[in-house]
Amino acid sequence: MTGMTTPLAGYLLVAALLFAIGLAGALTRRNAILVLIGIELMLNAANLNLIAFWRFGPHPELLTGMMFAIFSIAVAAAEAAVGLGLVIAIHRHTHTTELDKINRMKG
Amino acid sequence: MNVVFYLLAALTIGGGLAAVLLKHLVHCALATTVAFAGLALLFLQLDAQFAGFAQILVYIGAVAILIVFAILLTRGSELPKDGVFSRTWFVGLVIAAGVFAVLAWAVLQSVRAVPQQTAVPAVTVHDIGNALVGRYVLPLEIVALLLTAATIGAVIVAMHEKERPR
Repeated sequence: MTGMTTPLAGYLLVAALLFAIGLAGALTRRNAILVLIGIELMLNAANLNLIAFWRFGPHPELLTGMMFAIFSIAVAAAEAAVGLGLVIAIHRHTHTTELDKINRMKG
Repeated sequence: MNVVFYLLAALTIGGGLAAVLLKHLVHCALATTVAFAGLALLFLQLDAQFAGFAQILVYIGAVAILIVFAILLTRGSELPKDGVFSRTWFVGLVIAAGVFAVLAWAVLQSVRAVPQQTAVPAVTVHDIGNALVGRYVLPLEIVALLLTAATIGAVIVAMHEKERPR
């Protein structure tokens, strides 16, 4: 891979792989907390893309990608707090965090 | 593309893989922390010091701790009897592999088109602070409001409800 790809392409490939791993975790695991971990990994992969484009882009002094990543980190923190609060609330009502046992809304 | 990049990439990807593959939830949380740390180091490698330290503070300092708290509060450290993967795990794996194939194909096809500035950006934390309270002050206020609302919302959702007479 060396020589053929630019540094930015290397970072983008790492981010794509991390995104796919997070997606696989969110889609295949049964525990709600693991699904949230997968979503966090996907968000982090997107942040890596933003920072990499900021670093290798033509105008880093405008700070666009950097600001995007910082706001994304803040929003992800809020998402994690609400998501884990919801998991705890669901566990209190159903005494499980296994997603295929939470089928109260199934018709 | 030096050796440090490959080491950090291996650390991050290894942490991510362990996070979704391990059985015990506590081990998964620790592996997630490793992946977060690898990403923070990748940010530092990309000369984004502020984002790197924000990543360490927010993800390793707060999100990882929240995940561990949630695991312990929901007694998730006990192993489920019928496996940790859902019945339709194969479909999820195929979808994830397909997404990675498309993304990697797009990246490799556009290697010539992507920008490749090599000069280290001369951006200090001072500049970031100025931008945050200058051009980006409205998003900053909205994020502050969002964080307040999310904190209150999370507390209300997870708060113990009083028993109501039925």
